[in-house]
Amino acid sequence: MTDAPVRTLLLWCPDWPVLAAEVVDGVPATGPVAVLHANRVVACSERARVEGVRRGLRKREAQGRCPQLTVVEYDPGRDARAFEPVVAAVEELVAGVEVVRPGACAVAARGPSRYLGGEEAAAEQIIEHVAQTCAVEAQVGIADGVFAAGLAARTGRVVPPGGTPAFLAGLPVEALGRPALADLLRRLGVRTLGDFAALPAGDVLARFGFDGALTHRLAAGRDHRPLAVRRPPADLTVTAEYDEPVDRVDAAAFAGRALAEQLHDRLAGHGLACTRLGIEAVTAHGQELHRVWRHDGLLTAAAIADRVRWQLDGWLTGSNGRGGAGRARPTAGIIRLRLIPDGVIAQAGLQPGLWGETGEERERAHRALSRVQGILGPEAVFTAVLGGGRSPADQVRLVPWGDERLPARPGGPPRPGESARPGEPPWPGRLPPPAPAVVLPTPLAAVVHDADGEPVVVSARLRLSAPPARLTLDAARPMEITGWAGPWPVDERWWAPAEAHRRARFQVGLANGTALLLVVEAGRWLVEAIYD
Amino acid sequence: MAGHMVVGSAALAGLVRPASAPDPAGGHRVLPVAPELTGLLPSRGLRRGSTIAVAAGQPRHNGGASLVLALLAEASRAGSWCAVVGVPTFGAGAAAELGIALDRLALVPNPGPEWATVIAALIDGVDVVVTAVPAAVSASVANRLAARARQRGSVLVPYGRWEGADVTLQVVRGAWEGLGPGRGRLRRREVTVSARGRGAAARPKEIKVWLPDDELTRVIPRAVASAVGGPTAGRSRPVAPPGRTVAGVSRRGALTLVGPA
Repeated sequence: MTDAPVRTLLLWCPDWPVLAAEVVDGVPATGPVAVLHANRVVACSERARVEGVRRGLRKREAQGRCPQLTVVEYDPGRDARAFEPVVAAVEELVAGVEVVRPGACAVAARGPSRYLGGEEAAAEQIIEHVAQTCAVEAQVGIADGVFAAGLAARTGRVVPPGGTPAFLAGLPVEALGRPALADLLRRLGVRTLGDFAALPAGDVLARFGFDGALTHRLAAGRDHRPLAVRRPPADLTVTAEYDEPVDRVDAAAFAGRALAEQLHDRLAGHGLACTRLGIEAVTAHGQELHRVWRHDGLLTAAAIADRVRWQLDGWLTGSNGRGGAGRARPTAGIIRLRLIPDGVIAQAGLQPGLWGETGEERERAHRALSRVQGILGPEAVFTAVLGGGRSPADQVRLVPWGDERLPARPGGPPRPGESARPGEPPWPGRLPPPAPAVVLPTPLAAVVHDADGEPVVVSARLRLSAPPARLTLDAARPMEITGWAGPWPVDERWWAPAEAHRRARFQVGLANGTALLLVVEAGRWLVEAIYD
Repeated sequence: MAGHMVVGSAALAGLVRPASAPDPAGGHRVLPVAPELTGLLPSRGLRRGSTIAVAAGQPRHNGGASLVLALLAEASRAGSWCAVVGVPTFGAGAAAELGIALDRLALVPNPGPEWATVIAALIDGVDVVVTAVPAAVSASVANRLAARARQRGSVLVPYGRWEGADVTLQVVRGAWEGLGPGRGRLRRREVTVSARGRGAAARPKEIKVWLPDDELTRVIPRAVASAVGGPTAGRSRPVAPPGRTVAGVSRRGALTLVGPA
C-alpha cells in the first residue's frame, strides 16, 4: 500500500432520497418534497429548501414552513434500488465502482482520466452519460481519497493532485459528518478542518478516541482506505439470434435445447443452479413473450426445452389456458430466444437423496408427469399444498407440477388439540377436522326450508328463522335434514370491500347418510363441500 | 420420514433389494394398505399390476371418495407416488388428514378427451393411479389400460363404473355421528364397505370401518356451537363411545375397524 491516498473520482447525486422517490414511486421531485425518517426530515427537494425546509426538522415544523410539502417515508431499500441503474451507467464507462452509499459512488480517477483524456473531461463524460441513460442529475468531485472527493463533489470541484489538505483546511468541521464531534470541536474553538488537522495526532486519540483519530486523519487528507470495488454480477443470460425466423414450435424447442445446454455449462462454470428461469422470445415484428418458470429442482436441458415448447405452443395457438382474450398471436417467426436464469443459488444446495423418496421412483414419476404435462399443457398437472385459510377451498393451493410448493396463505392445516404454531396465523373460525373429501370448485346453489315449508333465513345477528328441515339441490327431490350445526360466522377481509365475505357456515346431515358443508352468504344457501 | 424409520428392519426387508437386481416392476410386490382394509383385498394390500375399482355408492357421496383416499394413504406414506385424474373436487385437506403425502401426489383435474393417453402415461411412472371414470369408456380401452397396469406393475384404481376389475369395493352404507339437531359437529362416520371380485376375491365380503375416525377429532372440546333459536334440549349429550378398535391401529388413526372382516 502506498502512502499517498488514492486519487478518487466521486459521483454524487444531490438529494438522492428525493430522486429515488421520484424514480420508484413517481413523486415529482420538482415540487416541494421531503423524505422523513422517524419524524425528522432527512432530505428535501430544491423547492422545499427554498421554502425553508431543512434537514432535521420535525414533520409538523416542515409542513408549517411549506404547507404544500409532499412527505415521503424514508426507505433505504428504495434508495439502493433506484441507484442501481446509475451505478450500471457509470460501469459502462469505467471499471471498479464502489458504492459509497445510495446516491454516491466512487471510482479510482487514474484509469478514466487517462482513457477519457484528462480528469475534467472524464468528469464531464460521466455526468453526461448518467444524465442521458438514467435522466439523473449528478455532480463529480475529484480529490485524493474518498472523503475529500465526497466534499469536492458537493461543489463540483476538481482538487489538483496534492492540493487536498489545503482544500480540506478551509472547510468547517461540520463537513466531517459527525454532529456531536463537530459541536464539541466548535466549543473548543476548533472551527475548520485545518485547525483540527493541526492538533497532534496522539492528543486527538487520547481525547476523542478511535473515531476521533480516524476523523483527524481524514481532516488532514490522509485517507488511505482503498476503494471497496463492487463486483458486477456475472451475466448468466444466454441469447440466440436467428437470421432465418423460426416459425415452427418444434424447431424453436430444438433451438431452445441447444440454448439450454449452453446455459447449463455457464451456470455450472460458476457453480450455480437456478430455481426460476425466464424465457423470452422476440418475433421479427418485435412482439415479445416473456414468462418466468419456477422449478423446485434443477432444470435440466430437456426440461428447459419442454418449457420453451409449452410457452411457444400456448402463444402460437393463441389461447392462454384461461379463456378470455388471451394475448395476440405472433405475426412473424421468432428471431431471438433468450434464457434468463433467476433465483440463482449455489449448486451445493441441491443435494439429491441417497435413497428412498428421491431415488429411481421419483425419476420415473417425474418423467411420467412431465409427459402428461407435454400432452395437456403445463397447467394441467398439479400438486396440492395446504396452507392457512378458513374454508376448505382456501386452504388448498394447486401448484403446477414442478413449481415451488408454496402455500397461498401462511399457516398449516388444523390439528387436534393444537393451537397455532408460533409464527403462523391462527385462522380463527376455520373448521376442525375431519375435512371434507369433496370440495366443490364452484359452490352449488341450494334451498333450505323449515318444517312448515318456509325458507330458512339467518339474520345479521345469526338468529335462525326456524330449524332447517329440508334441503333441495338443483330441482331434485327435497331431502330431509336429520342433523345440523351452526351457524358459524366468518367475516373475512372486511377491510377490502371488493374481497369481503360475510358468511355463516352449517354442517348438515341428510337422512340418506350424506353430510354437507353449507354456507349462507347474502341470503343465499350454497353447498361448499361434501363430506364424501 | 421418522414415522417409517421407527417401523424397524422387518418392514424394510421387503423394500430393500441389491442394487444390481433388476427392478421388479411387474413383480410381486404388494403396496401396503391400512390394516383395517386388508380384509377386503385378496392379497391384503394393493398388489402391483392389479385393478381395484371403487364403485360409486348408493346414494352418491356416501363415503366413496374417502374410501379411495383411505386406500392410498398407507402406500403414499410408505413412499409410493400416486396420481388422481379427473377429480376436480379433490379434497386435499381430507387426503392429508388420512396420511397421504401431498408432495408425492399429482392431480390432473381435467384430462379432457385425452383421458386414456394420460392414464397410460401415468401408469408408466406412478405406483397408484386413481381415476374418475368418464361416462363413455369402451370395454376395449378399459381392458387395454388394465393390461398396461399389469405389465408395468402399477395399481389402477378406477372410481366409478368399471367392468372386469380384480376387486370392486363399494360403500354400502355410511352414517355420520356427532351431529344433532342444532348442535355438535361431524366427528366420525361408520362406513360399511363391500368387496366382490374375481378369483381369490370371488366370495363377497363386507366390513365396517370408521372413516374418518374419531381419532382426529377427539382432543377438540365438544361444545363447539349451539345455534341461537334452534332447539336446545339435551345440551351435551355425549357422542357414542368409540368403537372396538383393532390392536395397534388407534394410535395412527383416521380409520378403524368396527365390524367383522
